[in-house]
Parts: sequence; C-alpha cells; structure tokens
Amino acid sequence: MAEEWRAVRDAHARPWMGRGEKGRTAGRGMPIPRRSPGATNRAAGGKVFGAAGAWWLLCLVGVLTAVLLLGGGGPAQTADFTRSWLPPSPGHPFGTDHAGRDLLERTLAGARVSLLVGLAAAGTSSAIGLLVGGLAGSVAHRAGGWLDSVLMRLVDAVNALPHLVLGIVIVALLGPSLTSVVISVALTHWTTTARIVRAEMLALTGAGFVEAAVGAGASRWWVLSRHLLGHVLARALLATVLMVPHAIMHESALSFLGLGLQDDRASLGTIIEQSRSAVLAGHWWPAVLPGLVLVLLSLAVYWVAERLRPVSVGRS
Amino acid sequence: MEPALLDQRQAVSDARPSAPARPRRADRSVARLVLGRLLLLPLLLAGVTLAMFALAQSAPFDPVVAALGERALTMDGPTLASMRERLGEVSALQQWAAWWGNVLTGDLGASTSLRRPVAAVLAERLLWTLGLMAAALLLAVPLGLLLGAWAGTRPGTLADRVVGAGLLSLQAAPPFWLGLVGIWLFAVAWGWLPTGGATSLSADRAQPLDVLRHAVLPVSVLALSQLPWYALVVRDATRDALAGPAVRGAWARGIPRRQILRAHAVRPALLPLVTVLGVRLPELITGAVLVEVVFSWPGIASAVVESALRLDFALLAAITVLSTIIVVLGNLAADLLYRVVDPRVGERDG
Repeated sequence: MAEEWRAVRDAHARPWMGRGEKGRTAGRGMPIPRRSPGATNRAAGGKVFGAAGAWWLLCLVGVLTAVLLLGGGGPAQTADFTRSWLPPSPGHPFGTDHAGRDLLERTLAGARVSLLVGLAAAGTSSAIGLLVGGLAGSVAHRAGGWLDSVLMRLVDAVNALPHLVLGIVIVALLGPSLTSVVISVALTHWTTTARIVRAEMLALTGAGFVEAAVGAGASRWWVLSRHLLGHVLARALLATVLMVPHAIMHESALSFLGLGLQDDRASLGTIIEQSRSAVLAGHWWPAVLPGLVLVLLSLAVYWVAERLRPVSVGRS
Repeated sequence: MEPALLDQRQAVSDARPSAPARPRRADRSVARLVLGRLLLLPLLLAGVTLAMFALAQSAPFDPVVAALGERALTMDGPTLASMRERLGEVSALQQWAAWWGNVLTGDLGASTSLRRPVAAVLAERLLWTLGLMAAALLLAVPLGLLLGAWAGTRPGTLADRVVGAGLLSLQAAPPFWLGLVGIWLFAVAWGWLPTGGATSLSADRAQPLDVLRHAVLPVSVLALSQLPWYALVVRDATRDALAGPAVRGAWARGIPRRQILRAHAVRPALLPLVTVLGVRLPELITGAVLVEVVFSWPGIASAVVESALRLDFALLAAITVLSTIIVVLGNLAADLLYRVVDPRVGERDG
C-alpha cells in the first residue's frame, strides 16, 4: 500500500517526465508508465460504480441477459431448400444456411446455448476448485498439511494434461451431450480456481484482522465463515467469470469437432462446423458471421471480468 | 592495511573457492528437477489411463464394440452376448493392467478405425504434428517478442492500445474459426494457397516445395492463435520493468535509451515469456488438434477426433499417453530454459 502511494508520488516528482505528468514519453522519448499498475486498478475500481462505468456494465449485462432469455425463443425454423445459401441481405442480415434457415436467428440461438454451457461449465469447475482450494488452504500449515501437498500435486498433475485431448476422451466415452461437455470442461479446468482460492486463504490467514480475531478467542469456524468466506468468494467469482469465455471456447471446439452439441441444440461451434463445406464452395457468411459473434461474446465476458477485477480485489 | 581494503581482499578470496561450488549446486538442483518430473510422469500416465478405463467401464459404452470395432456389427447375437458377458466380468483395473502390460512389451494394440497397428499410425503421423507445432512456435515466439516489446516500450500510446486491442480480439478468436477465415480468404476467394491436406493429390510423393505451400496456412493460423499470449505477456512485463527502479537508475546514470530498453526493459520480459511457453503447451496441442482438423493435416491430432468419433479405444489411449508425455517434457524444457534465462532461479532453491 505504502509502496504504491510512494510510486504515485514519485511519478509526479520524476525530473525527466517532460510534458506534464502524461507519462507517455519522458524527455527524449523515454517511455515511463504514468502510475503503478495498482494505482491504475484503484482508479478503475472507482470508475466501476461511477456513472459511465456502471452504465456500460448495465448495458452489457442487459445484452447478455437478453441473449440468454430471448435468443432462439421462437419456434424451430422449417427447412426451405429453395432459399438455401442466400447471402446477407436486409431480410436476412446473416444470410441463410443450406436448409434455407435464417442464420441470424440460428446464431442468436447458438450464442444462447454457448453462453449457457459456458456458465454451467465455469460454475461447475469453480465449485470443484472452491472445494479443493478451500480444503487445501484451510489445512495447510496445520496438522493436515500432507493433504494440502497431495491436493496441490493433483492440481499440478491436472494442469500438465492436454485439456482438449482429455475433453475429447471424456465426451467420447460419455457420449456427446450437453452434460458431458460441461463435465469435460469442468474436470479439466477447476485447477485455476483451486490455486487462487488456496493462495487467497493462505494470504488472509496471515492478515491482521484474522490474527486479531484468533487472538480475541474466535473459533476456527467463526474465522472461516465470518472473515474468510466473503473474500474468497469474491475472488472465486472473478475466476468464474474469467473462466466463462474459456469454457465457451472449449465447448465450441468440441462441437466443431463433431463431439459436442448436435444440430437439435446447435451452439455456435456446431453452426460453424456445419459451414465448413460451405466455405469451400465460396459461401463465407455461415462460418464467418457466427464466428464473429463468438469472438464478441468472449470479448464481452472478458470485459465484464476486467470491470469486476478491481471490485473483488479491492474488497480483499 | 585499511580495513575497507582488507574487507575487499577477504571478499575476493572468499569468492574464489566458492566460485566452482556454485555451478555444482545449480547442477544438483537441475538434476533434482529432472528426476522429479521423470518420476511424476509414470504416476501421471498411470492415473490418467486408469481414469480412462474406469470411465469407459462406467459409461454407456459397449466394450465389445471397443474391442472388435466394426467387426462387432457383423457378428451374430449369441456370440456377441457371450463376449459381452466375458468382457463385462473383467474389471477396469484388470483391463488397465493388461493394456499396460502390452504397452510395456511394445504392443500398442490395433486401431479399429484405421485398421492398422497403433504404433504404425503414430509413427507416420508424429512428424507432421511435431513439424506443424515447431514451425508455429518458431513463427509465434519471435513475433510475439517483437510485437510485445514494441508495444510495451510505448505504454499508453495509440500504437500500444491498437496492438493490445488487436491481440485481445485475436485471443478471443477460436483457432478453427481463424482457419476457416484463412481458407475463405487465401484459398477460395483469392486462390493463392491450397485449401487443405499436406500434399497435392496429383503428387505421388511428398515434394518439399509442395508441402511448404500446403503448410503456410496451417502454420500461420496456429501461430496466430498462440501469438496473443506471448505478445501480451511480453508487453505487460516490459511495461512493468520500465516503471521499475532499475530503469530509473539507469536513466539517472545517463545510459543510452536504446540500451536501457534492451537490457532493462525487454530482457526481464523473457522470463514470463518462457513461463507462458511452458504453461501454454496444452493449449498449443489444443490449437494443433483444431488446425489439423480444419486443414485435413495428416498429423496425430486429427486422428484423435477420428478415434473418438469411432470409439477407437486403443488409439485414443495411446494418443492421450503421448500428448501427456509431450506436455510434461515440454514443461520440463521450459523450466530448464528458465534457469538459463534467469540464473537466480537455480541458486535460490539449490
């Protein structure tokens, strides 16, 4: 804390800083960042609940919710092969697919499936990570320290596995379905949360307010539930949000390989998979436009996570 | 003699005998690292394959089909039923032990989907996959270093922000989609490059130039999909190093700007780059799987998908084991490289 403030103060006192304290270039083009990363984060943290930040966040969350609730709510589209492979036009902004179905509607439905699977997989993997990390963090440095090392070696081991290959194996053995996709992503991705939760618990155990509580005679359970849980949950929530785009990516990759979701529950990956041969025939829109939506969806979730980061870190 | 000078002499004579001891200590810690990983590897492989066999048994997955492949479809009912009963009695642990027994004697089993011994399948495909991944790394790492260092030494400028936003978007783009966009643009719309495969259909043997032409798109797409991770980590590390006291001190001593950037800003960024190289190895394999499928590249990764779709258990198990070995050894290589780049590491825990 004190160090960060000193860095901010020094930034104002740098003699070579040139034009004002812009920090873009100093002196003869010597670039020096304006503030320490911590200071920038804090500034952003203030902005989240500031007018502009909150407005954007609400907007984005609104759009994501709309995609979740409304996308693909309509009746299943009937095939009309006289209208197949129509390029994008005002009537069909995303064009039509091989069966003459409107691709915008299919893409929205796919985005909804992708987002749902991403949320479910990220939630499940975080739950596992919270459990393992919490267990490891609460027994480390105590009588059960061996359990901590065993769990952390397990984390290392899972990290050392090729995730997609393992995901393919799991889906192949369980049979392609929404559940097996969620399971395969969750089983290969819980380690990040576990690491974060454990580190947070260890850091908090040494924190002043925890030592004070212990000194005042608080029981272990009291400390855990009143002092640790809130902080750890905030961090775990951030990790979960950050996991969502990754989970979406894995789901779409599995679907693209023909192992994930099938046509009756098409995700964005399924739609792109079905457009592979179309690309070779010169029909670019069925692959490119849903893919762009996938990129935007991931970026949007990243963006939310970046806004959440200062909040969750600031609370700790 | 003045005490200060004495101290100095003392320090020099202290340093001399301990100088050769230093590398020895580092050697020992390197040996421990290598040994630890090599001991971890069999445990990891045993655990993963055991989990696979257990999963295969508890899953809605027909062991007869797994054992016989498509021959099971042409067999009559009673024979199938008796086989199913016999196979059902064998526990996952026994199957697992039998499989490892075979593997250790050099028998990887036969691939039911490709109708060939698994070892032969792996042998002819391994080189294609390793070549693809190595070429992509050779392209992505220097490019990521350059781009990251270029943006990182210009923090907050328009160039930095444009590069950062571009890299983030690239990070959010799935490799298979990048591949399809590449095929559409360069192969279909403009017709510059072939759409897939590793050799032309007309060629009866692999011609180096022909293979090179076919490799341009897959290698570039794989490199592009990995580039953001390398470039972003270099950019952030460079920016942090620029704000650090070493740079401030060097600037105060009047060291030229170019030298500061090279020695104090970009050099420290090599450390996180090496780390991310190791950590991202599983994702490189993920990218290779997707790129190989999109471009019909004849490597191992595309065989994974084929074997998974057809429940070709022997091939699936062999590829899982192989890719695990690659990741563990790659991580070990990254850790060793880390010691080369940062000499402090070996000493600290030695």
